[in-house]
Amino acid sequence: MDPILLIVLIVVAVLVVGGAGFAFLRGRGDHTPTLDPRATDTADSVLTKPTSPVAPTPDGDVDGGVDAAVDELDDEMVEEAAPEPEAATFRGRLSKARSAMSGYLSAILSGGDVNAETWDELEEALIRADVGVMATTEILDSVRETASESAVKDPGELIELVKDEMKRRLGGYDLTLAEGGEPSVWLFVGVNGVGKTTTIGKIATREVAAGRKIVLAAGDTFRAAAAEQLTMWAERAGAGIIRGAEGGDPSSVIFDAVESAAANGAEIVLADTAGRLHTKTNLMNELSKVRRVAEKGAGTVTETLLVIDATTGQNGLIQAREFTEAADLTGVVLTKLDGSAKGGIVVAVQNELDIPVKLVGLGEGPHDLIPFDANDFVDALFE
Amino acid sequence: MFDTLTDRFDGIFGKLRGKGKLSEKDVDEALREIRLALLEADVNFEVVKSLVARIRERAVGDELSKALNPGQQIVKIVLEELTESLGGEAMQITFAAKPPTVVLMAGLQGSGKTTNSAKLANMFKSQGRNVLLVGADLQRPAAVEQLRTLGRQIDVPVFSEASDPVTVARASLEEAKNTGRDVIIVDTAGRLAIDAELMEEVRQISEAVSPKYTFLVVDAMTGQDAVTVAESFHSTLELDGVILTKLDGDARGGAALSVKEVVGRPIAFASTGEKIDEFETFYPDRLASRILGMGDIETLIEKAEAAFEEDEAEEAAQRLMEGTFTLDDFLQQMQQIKKMGPIGNLLGMMPGMPKEVRDVEIEDHHVNRLEAIIRSMTVEERTDPKIIDASRRTRIANGSGMKPQDVSALVTQFTEMKKMMAKLGVTPKAKPKRKGKKNKRKRGGGRTTSKGKQALADPTAVLNEGLDDITDLKLPGLEIEDPRTSGS
Repeated sequence: MDPILLIVLIVVAVLVVGGAGFAFLRGRGDHTPTLDPRATDTADSVLTKPTSPVAPTPDGDVDGGVDAAVDELDDEMVEEAAPEPEAATFRGRLSKARSAMSGYLSAILSGGDVNAETWDELEEALIRADVGVMATTEILDSVRETASESAVKDPGELIELVKDEMKRRLGGYDLTLAEGGEPSVWLFVGVNGVGKTTTIGKIATREVAAGRKIVLAAGDTFRAAAAEQLTMWAERAGAGIIRGAEGGDPSSVIFDAVESAAANGAEIVLADTAGRLHTKTNLMNELSKVRRVAEKGAGTVTETLLVIDATTGQNGLIQAREFTEAADLTGVVLTKLDGSAKGGIVVAVQNELDIPVKLVGLGEGPHDLIPFDANDFVDALFE
Repeated sequence: MFDTLTDRFDGIFGKLRGKGKLSEKDVDEALREIRLALLEADVNFEVVKSLVARIRERAVGDELSKALNPGQQIVKIVLEELTESLGGEAMQITFAAKPPTVVLMAGLQGSGKTTNSAKLANMFKSQGRNVLLVGADLQRPAAVEQLRTLGRQIDVPVFSEASDPVTVARASLEEAKNTGRDVIIVDTAGRLAIDAELMEEVRQISEAVSPKYTFLVVDAMTGQDAVTVAESFHSTLELDGVILTKLDGDARGGAALSVKEVVGRPIAFASTGEKIDEFETFYPDRLASRILGMGDIETLIEKAEAAFEEDEAEEAAQRLMEGTFTLDDFLQQMQQIKKMGPIGNLLGMMPGMPKEVRDVEIEDHHVNRLEAIIRSMTVEERTDPKIIDASRRTRIANGSGMKPQDVSALVTQFTEMKKMMAKLGVTPKAKPKRKGKKNKRKRGGGRTTSKGKQALADPTAVLNEGLDDITDLKLPGLEIEDPRTSGS
């Protein structure tokens, strides 16, 4: 698409609205959010640019402050994490919240023989769990075939068939995180706030504990203090970290990290990236570039993992589609699964894009990231 | 396959629009589509059910039989029901008579509490308030550091200390008193609605500062679980409103509808971009029309009002209609429009924009390039682009660092647009004198013709007509292949 045309169009259109609408809408104050008699015109205020953009903080300066904070935070964290040193399990964590589907399921189970209503309720149950209309239809269609073949009457049996179908679809993938580069680069991508940095911190902790040499790449140069957050994780885990200037080029940070890992004999580079909405073409292009540049040196990108928040709805599918187009995903990390959301969206992602879930985040502690298990996941969805 | 709500509705209503009369089958089909569209937009299942039931009742009742155009009627019903579900009016924020006014931000991890605390602070600050940001998120590593960085950017002080969140919150009241701050925004750690311990903690924070406003920060991408989350936070904290974040993505509407419907509290603000000023008051009717693909003309007008030099804009608009608009005018107006925020965002607010156009990313540097081209032209060239021949084109291209074909593209498209606007233009005489008069805004009165003074009296109508023409035009640049639709 040609931006020139669009800009011309916008200017003209806005001008028509602005010019023609001006006098007309003058004095129309009833819609402005009144904040205070003293407050100035809101429309103006919204447009006020930040007065003093902050210069990137010099590294040394930040480090001092951060170190102190790390100490304090460390104490807090250690205390918190102490009671649960062993790895989290699906069942243990997920039983905390009843699944969104449970209400439907008890209705189905108490509803007598399987009939049209049973199917409707099953459909609603799956949609209610964020599985999405399309994946739900496909799953139920294929169950319908099996069910009519074996003339299933018992609703309990039918639910088992649905679960089996979903387990079959979600399972059967190789979930190990691939290596093979010198170093291997694992790239973490996703929209804002899904837990990329935290996921990297947890993986770093796990891999370092397993005796691996890890370098973290603070490729999120956009969000304020993202690099500090990753630095704290690096220190906690005992991994190396390479960071760049705030607002700097993420590709070069990750490239540097790969070079540093290669020079120091580290096996894996965990590369963080800034959260980005998949609708921002320029940011998605930047991501493609990050992916390319990460392989310019000694390293090989062996995993590109999309981090998805379990609360995500149907937009997660669009996210997966766009991110895999930009960066060629190898898997999904499903985070925040210890909440009330059950992450049904990964079923849709698997169904349409054939991208498996590899890891699941079940809490804030470093040991709360565990390999995905289709059986446990589906069982939990239906509990 | 998975279109956004707007596209989905575009399809449904496109089908209905052509019909003179709707059969019950049509209504059923439309409702089925509406139901699917809402579900795929993550509107909660229960909410969808009741919404669809209400729409059906009204659609098959006598209201429809009396309607002139049943298709339009359904559009109107859906729009009204959506607007109602989203909450009728924008939330009004008032400040406490006895400062400080305390605002508490709560929500799940990653919903955008810290960023939006700063955005809210920036908004209040620009309204003349003395804001204090309070970093009570001691959980996430570097959360306070993030808040401090943001605070520096907007020049708002940040208070925090390494104790515990409740103590920090309580101490911030004292700090505000000592430093003369009249608004406190408390950023809290993200927490799961089912984490009893942390929910108790946030309740204690709330108790310590007794906030005037408690906002739940909700990610616009949230799925069906939005309802559960909103319910638990509401039962713990007595929410006053919701801040809807990441609305600049393509997941808009669903979670907002659900939360509003279930908790019964309005959506107060919407975060529409990564920049600190991309944060606005939430207007339910605007989002409803945006969901329905009707654009967000009111926000656009509001922004235009704030950015334009009134007389200049009026004059330029007049010249545009008369066909005497020059590239100089264009340059000038483009600079005004740049003040309205990222130019790409404006596109989404325009009514009737096809999805392909809405999805195109326009960057500020595109605008800068256009500026460079125009600035490399002589005065004569700007007034009469027709005189630009090959040699002038090369000169302009060299001067602006662009390619000659870019220069041609600009000139061609500018000329096309000018022709078109002149075609639908209004003679200056037909322009009624409106200065100083307070006209009441007419809403939903159907479409008016682009000619004559009626058209000018309603800018939306003019624009709609204009855009119809524009999007009907098969300009070379508009033949786009959308990777999203072609890929699936």
